[in-house]
Amino acid sequence: MSGPAVQLRNIVKRFGAALAVDRVSVDIQPGEFFSLLGPSGCGKTTTLRLIAGFESADAGDILITGERVNDRRPYERGVGMVFQSYALFPHLSVARNVAFGLEQRRVPKAEMPARVSRALQLVRLDPATYGERMPAQLSGGQRQRVALARALVLEPRILLLDEPLGALDLKLRKEMQLELKALNRTLGITFIYVTHDQEEALTMSDRIAVMDSGRIAQLGTPADVYENPRTAFVASFIGGSNFLSGQADSLGDRRWRLVGRHGTFVVRAEPEVVVRGGTEVRIAIRPEWMDLFPTDQVPAGENAVPGTVQEVIYLGETIHVLVALDPGEVVTVALRNEGQLIKPVPWVRGSRVAVAWLPEDCQVLEPDT
Amino acid sequence: MNHRRRVLGWFARRPSASGYALLAPGLIWLVVFFLAPIGLMLAYSAMKRGLYGGVEPGFTLEHYRRFFDPLYLDILFRTVMWSLVCTVLCLVIGYPVAFLIARAGRWRQWLLFLVVLPFWTSFLVRMFAMIFLLRDTGFINGLLLRLGLITEPLELLYTPGAVMLGLVYGFLPLMILPIYASLEKLDDALLEAAEVLGARPWARFNRVIFPLSLPGVVAGSLLTFIPALGSFVTSDLLGGAKQVMIGNLIQNQFTVARNWPFGSAAAFVLMGVVLAAVVGYLRRRDAGNLPA
Repeated sequence: MSGPAVQLRNIVKRFGAALAVDRVSVDIQPGEFFSLLGPSGCGKTTTLRLIAGFESADAGDILITGERVNDRRPYERGVGMVFQSYALFPHLSVARNVAFGLEQRRVPKAEMPARVSRALQLVRLDPATYGERMPAQLSGGQRQRVALARALVLEPRILLLDEPLGALDLKLRKEMQLELKALNRTLGITFIYVTHDQEEALTMSDRIAVMDSGRIAQLGTPADVYENPRTAFVASFIGGSNFLSGQADSLGDRRWRLVGRHGTFVVRAEPEVVVRGGTEVRIAIRPEWMDLFPTDQVPAGENAVPGTVQEVIYLGETIHVLVALDPGEVVTVALRNEGQLIKPVPWVRGSRVAVAWLPEDCQVLEPDT
Repeated sequence: MNHRRRVLGWFARRPSASGYALLAPGLIWLVVFFLAPIGLMLAYSAMKRGLYGGVEPGFTLEHYRRFFDPLYLDILFRTVMWSLVCTVLCLVIGYPVAFLIARAGRWRQWLLFLVVLPFWTSFLVRMFAMIFLLRDTGFINGLLLRLGLITEPLELLYTPGAVMLGLVYGFLPLMILPIYASLEKLDDALLEAAEVLGARPWARFNRVIFPLSLPGVVAGSLLTFIPALGSFVTSDLLGGAKQVMIGNLIQNQFTVARNWPFGSAAAFVLMGVVLAAVVGYLRRRDAGNLPA
C-alpha cells in the first residue's frame, strides 16, 4: 500500500447554520496512530463520522487509499468503528456480536468460530469464558474489548475510535491506552482516534490534530504540539501554559526583545513567527520550563519577573507554585519534587521570588483564528 | 400541629408501617372492586339459576358442563380466532406506523397526539361512527354509488369484515404505543454499528431493530388480544345478530337470558383461556425459546 490511508481535502460540514467542520485537510498515513483532539463541539467527532460515512460532506473530498469515497456507504469503505457507547447489540451474546460482521459479509460458517476466537484473544478476552455471555453481564472494560474485537474481526484497513475509553476509570484507561497502541503497532491498521483528553492523545498518537471551532489549529507529533504550540488555544488546551506579552524588537540572530507590562525579556523565534504574531506578541511558557530564584540571585542570561508566592501545591511528582507577578497576573511554576521531607522547596506563601526562564524555553504564539 | 407531629413521629419509628400506609388505598380499591366481585362471580358460576335473574342457593357444575356444548365452544373458538386475526392485523398495520413515528423527529409529538386522539371519544361513539361509514346509505356506499362504480349498495355492515374493521380500528393505538415506546429507546449507535459491520437496511431491521422491539410487540399484542377476546360492543353494533362473540354471549346471559350463573361460568372459561395463553407464553419465553 503506497500513499496515504485517508486523505481529507477541504472538508466542510454544516449543521443548519452551524459550521461543524471548516475546510479540514489532512493526510493520514498507513499504520499511523492519528488523534483528533479538542474540546467538545470542536468538530472532531463529526470529522470521524464523515470518514466513517455516517455524515456526508457539504464540500471537499474524502479519499481512502486513494479512492474517493464520499458517496460510498459505511460498509463499502473498509473501515471499522468503535463507539463511545460501545454500541454492543444487547440481544446477542459476545460471540454473536463479534460474528455479526462476518455473517453480514457472508463469511463461510465454518470459518466463523475460529475467527471470532482469534478476535477475542486479540483483545485478551478468553472465548471459552466470555463467548456465551450477554453484554449486560460484562464490565465496562470488557464491553470495550468486545466492541474492539467486533470491529477487528473484519480486518479493516482503518479503525475509527470515538472516545472509546471515555467511560472507563483512570487505571483501566491507562492500561487500555497501552493495549490500543500495541494493537496499532502489531496489526498495522491505521487508527484514527477521537478524544478530548490531551494526555491520552499524547500517550498514544504518532500525530495529533488539535481541533478548534471546526478547524485544525495545529497538526504535529505529540512533541510538536506540546513543545511548539502555535496558538494560545493549543498552548492552553494541551498541558498548562503561562502567557506573557510585549512589543518585539529584533536583536538579530533570531533573538528578539519583548517590552511589555511585566518588563523586558529576550526570546528566540523565527522572524516569520514573530511577524505572524502581530504588534503585541504573546508568548507561552510551560510551568516546568520556569524556575524560581531569590530576587537578587537570577542567573545571567535568564528572563525574570518578580512576584510574590501565593500558594504552594503539593502534587506528588511535582510541586506547583502559584506566583502573583508584580503587575498582577498569576503564573504557575512546576518544580520537580526532590523530596519535601529531605529537600523541601524553600518558598512559602508570601515569599518574594523571581520567576525565571531561558530565552529558548518559550514559544511565540500566532493569534487564535 | 402537635397532632401532626405525633402522627409523623409514629411513622418515623416504624419504617415498615409507612410502606403499608402508602399501599393501603390501592390495596383497598383492588380488594373491594376487583377481588370481591370476582369471588362473587366465581360463587355465582357454581350456583343454581334464579328465575328472574340472580341466583339461588346450592352447588352445581352444570353451567360449566353446559358451556362445553359444541354450540358454545364454536363461539369461543371463533372469538379466539377473530382476536388472533385482529392482533395480527393490528401488528402488521401498527408496526410500520410506530416505526415511522419513532423516526419522525420533530413531528413525533404531533403524530403521537393523532394516535391517541380517538381515545378522546368513547369507544361506543367510535363504533357508531363506523356504522355511518358502512351502512347501505352510508359514506362509502354513497360515494361508490355517486361515482357510478356500483349500482346497488354493497353489503358492508353486519358482516364479519365489519366486525374485524371495528376491532382493528378500536385497538390499533394499543398496539402502536408500546411498539413506539420500544423503538424510541433504540440507540442510533446500534444501527450505525450494524451498518459499518455490513448490514444493509433489511438486515438492520431484521437483526437489530425488530429483535430489540419485541418487548413492545409482545406488550402491544397482549393489549390488543385480551380486550378483543372480551369485546362485545363491536360485534353487537357492527356484526348484528349473526356475528356473536363470547362477549355477546356473556352479556346476553346477564341481560336478556337472565342466566347469571351460566354467564359467570362462561366468563370464567374465557378468563381461563386468557390466563392459559399468557402463562403458556411466559413459560416458553423463560425456557428461552422466545424473546423478551
